[in-house]
Amino acid sequence: MGVLKTFVLGGVHPEENKLSSNVPIEALPVPEQAIVPLGQNLGAPSKPVVSKGDKVKTGQLIAEAGGFISANIHSPVSGTVLKIDNVVDMTGFRRPGIVIKTEGDEWDESIDRSDDLITEVDYSAEEIIEKIKQAGIVGMGGATFPTYVKLMPPPGKKADHVIINGVECEPYLTSDHRLMLEKGQEIIIGTKILMKALKVAQAIIGIESNKPDAINHLTELTKNEENIKVVPLKVKYPQGGEKQLIKAVLNREVPSGKLPIEVGCVVQNVGTTFAVYEAVQKNKPLFERVVTVTGKSVKKPSNFLARIGTPISKLVDAAEGLPDDTGKIIGGGPMMGKALPSLDVPVVKGASGILLMREQESHRKPESPCIRCSKCTNVCPMGLEPFLLAKASKIGKYDIAENEKVMDCIECGSCQYICPASIPLLDYLRLGKNKVGNIIRNRKKK
Amino acid sequence: MCFAEKCLLNEIIRKSIVVDNIIIIAVIALGGLGLVSAVILFFVAKKFKVFEDPKIDEVEEALPSANCGGCGYPGCRAFAEAAVKAAKENHSLEGLNCPVGGNEVMQTVGQLLGIEVEQQEPLIAVVRCNGSYANSPGKVKYEGVSSCAFTHALFTGEGGCQYGCLGHGDCVDACDFDAIHMNPETGLPVVNDKCTACGACVEACPRDIIELRKKGPKDRRIFVSCVNKEKGGPAKKNCAVACIGCGKCEKVCKFDAITITSFLAYIDFNKCTLCRKCVEVCPTDAIWEVNFKPRKPKPLEPEGSVARKTVVAKPADAEKVKSAEEKPKPEDKH
Amino acid sequence: MTMFTIAGSPHIHGDDSTKKIMYGVVIAMVPAMLVSIYYFDFNAIRVLLLAVISSLFFEWLIQKYLIKGPVTITDGSALVTGILLAFNVPTNLPGWMVIVGALVAIGMAKMSFGGLGKNIFNPALVARVFLLISFPVEMTSWPKPMPITKGFFADVITGPTPLGLVKEGLRAGESISKLQSELPGYVDYLIGQMGGSMGEVSAIALILGGIYMLWKKIITWEIPVSILVTVFVFSGILWLVNPEKYIDPVFHLLTGGLLLGALFMATDMVTSPMTRGGQLLFGFGIGLLTILIRIWGAYPEGVSFAILLMNAAVPLINRGFKPRRFGAKPGVQLGS
Repeated sequence: MGVLKTFVLGGVHPEENKLSSNVPIEALPVPEQAIVPLGQNLGAPSKPVVSKGDKVKTGQLIAEAGGFISANIHSPVSGTVLKIDNVVDMTGFRRPGIVIKTEGDEWDESIDRSDDLITEVDYSAEEIIEKIKQAGIVGMGGATFPTYVKLMPPPGKKADHVIINGVECEPYLTSDHRLMLEKGQEIIIGTKILMKALKVAQAIIGIESNKPDAINHLTELTKNEENIKVVPLKVKYPQGGEKQLIKAVLNREVPSGKLPIEVGCVVQNVGTTFAVYEAVQKNKPLFERVVTVTGKSVKKPSNFLARIGTPISKLVDAAEGLPDDTGKIIGGGPMMGKALPSLDVPVVKGASGILLMREQESHRKPESPCIRCSKCTNVCPMGLEPFLLAKASKIGKYDIAENEKVMDCIECGSCQYICPASIPLLDYLRLGKNKVGNIIRNRKKK
Repeated sequence: MCFAEKCLLNEIIRKSIVVDNIIIIAVIALGGLGLVSAVILFFVAKKFKVFEDPKIDEVEEALPSANCGGCGYPGCRAFAEAAVKAAKENHSLEGLNCPVGGNEVMQTVGQLLGIEVEQQEPLIAVVRCNGSYANSPGKVKYEGVSSCAFTHALFTGEGGCQYGCLGHGDCVDACDFDAIHMNPETGLPVVNDKCTACGACVEACPRDIIELRKKGPKDRRIFVSCVNKEKGGPAKKNCAVACIGCGKCEKVCKFDAITITSFLAYIDFNKCTLCRKCVEVCPTDAIWEVNFKPRKPKPLEPEGSVARKTVVAKPADAEKVKSAEEKPKPEDKH
Repeated sequence: MTMFTIAGSPHIHGDDSTKKIMYGVVIAMVPAMLVSIYYFDFNAIRVLLLAVISSLFFEWLIQKYLIKGPVTITDGSALVTGILLAFNVPTNLPGWMVIVGALVAIGMAKMSFGGLGKNIFNPALVARVFLLISFPVEMTSWPKPMPITKGFFADVITGPTPLGLVKEGLRAGESISKLQSELPGYVDYLIGQMGGSMGEVSAIALILGGIYMLWKKIITWEIPVSILVTVFVFSGILWLVNPEKYIDPVFHLLTGGLLLGALFMATDMVTSPMTRGGQLLFGFGIGLLTILIRIWGAYPEGVSFAILLMNAAVPLINRGFKPRRFGAKPGVQLGS
């Protein structure tokens, strides 16, 4: 291998700790009760279409999109709707959701449950997009942006590349890695489906070089595919960020404040691509996903195929229990994941992993004065000056924060990771983004 | 001594001989420059003089010059300009109020502009959460910057109530009058009688916990110290003194002052007659009475318990005045 | 039951810390320290200990009794300042002057600005310049290096630095070729066989330290390289113009405090620009000013003044030099 491609600006290389990369995906039993929050995607929450006492089948529509940027939700289990009420979602907030009591596991008739690989794609672009929309697929890397919206470029914009994101740059997480190894063929077909939907001729699958088995496997599978290229990438965080990935594989830069379609790219995560395959070829809506359960003290780091709505305590139990020294539970990876208040929260569409951190790892180092070492500036993948933005946000100079492009921050956390003074830079940056976002919204209103 | 230093010294001595000349030249040069500038400035000032209504200055003089923005204008000067403009165009000061100055100042402003100003009810900021460390014990530990705006988006709060006070004091930072402070024992902000009802804390609170309420006769107030919109069960689970929306207060109130929306009672301070019946029936002690004579030990606001001399319009009058310009507040702000 | 922790991401932290950086600098200064102990024996140890101990003491005193804040003398920053101060003075400087220097460095240049990270000027350099102006005689009589092998507590003979010799000679109207015969050779500059402040004598030791810091990513290449290149090019041009009036560029690189300044003082994170472009300009400015002062200024050595002058320009440089923003590159913008 020659010089591996990667993005240019900034980046860090945290300890990879991919503890579960050799553990095959294991299907988890159906939970006794599924807690399905209605706000699982970016944008408007979904609107329930069932009511209390209704019988539902696995895969049946239970909530429909509540707007253009929203997604359908399907029942992950078969049984009776217990209640439609506030439920604890992934962040610990109580928000509207549907609770379903499981009775057996009867799937909706339209779903093809066979293991046969269907390679031929006999649908038109419009049909594919409609199917993806119906299946309620959202970006499964964590951003949970409704997928069908991405497949409909705004007028005047044209995509020329589909980029499949197999980077998985977050330490610890391995769900995408395992999916590429075990469902490689499906992912390739999913890629073709996406290419057809977008009417593009080129697809690139970007994978970091710390997953040589996945690179080899997918390269082997795409041997006869001229239009699908597997590109090994140098290991560097945050390469999984859309903009960084596009820069790495195609050397195109998405302009500030714009979407990838601006440079003719649509990026989809491998998990999403697999879900697209299942939705289009098997009529299977998105009601289960691969979730990594990991951590240095976890006895059996695993990759589970879990139904949406399964309480994460069930996943932790399946990984042989919560370690005694757990100090922090993280939904997602250690760089961008959210700390969870308890194990009573359900698996949602955007949940890529559960990381149980040891007590001694789960505390921040004490903050000391900034020594202006400029490491934060050097690692920022967006070319920002985190020290300046953090200071501006801290003292309430939001105009400075806005002028210095705080809204470009992708919240990757590289600055805070590298800071020798352990300053909570990203906390302040988020605060600044929050305030500046409000200011911009108010200004637009006027 | 090094050669270089010697050189330097010699040079300085040599220069000091010509120093007299330098001073004279400097005086002439600077003096001339000053004169020329003064002449230019004089003509510029003449030519570009902007006419401003002298009343603006008078009104501004009457204002408390706190520049707090409580009136909705960026500073007292802007308010004075708006007041003079409103007086000229509409002959009324409706919608303009300086909460810091209160009635007195507004009357003066009215006199200056020759306009009758209606009496305003004095207001005070009220913190409607009692989720102290004891009432809503921490279930998780937070690490990070001390900012409510940030933690509000991050998680529910250490006590688990997603409506409750986060305790990082954004309201304290927002206050220009030293009127709100964190109580380290409860982790909740406490308002003292320096409050001018400018509303900065109300704006700052990401959870809409602080409300401007009628100060009340002798500083007596009754309010629901909770903004939790959950059903009784989940609300109680996180906090011992949460409003559970049982409706007892609504039933006992004879004045229709209490309404319950989404499991949360709200007392309309314009209708409330301070009869204290609701306080007695509340099963979770979520309703607070402040500055009343103790009838039995009740949680009191620690500060501001001294009766103040501020003359307040009679409740009946106040109601008339109030209902004219302020509709009962809808509770559901979300 | 343990309470779980909630915090914003990221949940992991690299192993970098202020302490690590500071002690890394200390390690990088060890070779130069050893060389100076070899040449200046007991005096070097005396100045070093005095400077370090009094720096730490003043920092502790000010933090504890004046600011009444947390005491952070273990973070290594006062230690670095102390060693740099020792490096910047002649080893025969009276002890009390070293202590005054430490007080100026810590009290005036560092703590009065608000402590670590907030000072505008490099503390050790402020102290050096303060001492140089206050006590010009003591600060400019450098002991001749005397290898330790020739005996401990040997009599100290003082003499000028090579830069001083050249300047004096040129003033007296002598030519470079004549002066060069009186000067030590390049090998002497490399190993430290020349007069000068304690830490600046051996080029090799300083370069070793610099390489260590580059390897440990404590410093970046921009500042030292731009300083050295500027000095080399600028003095090289002058030398080509008139080799009898201007001495060769290699001499400029190896003598005086240039390497010490370029590698250890100008690269001080607190007082240097944040972006690559800014750092290059900063280095260029230092190089230019150094040669200007050395050749046309009153002092034979100009590195300290050059660095302090450029320190003052850092806020302005930071304002003017922003990192390249992602997505700001013209040309790739399709559409819009």
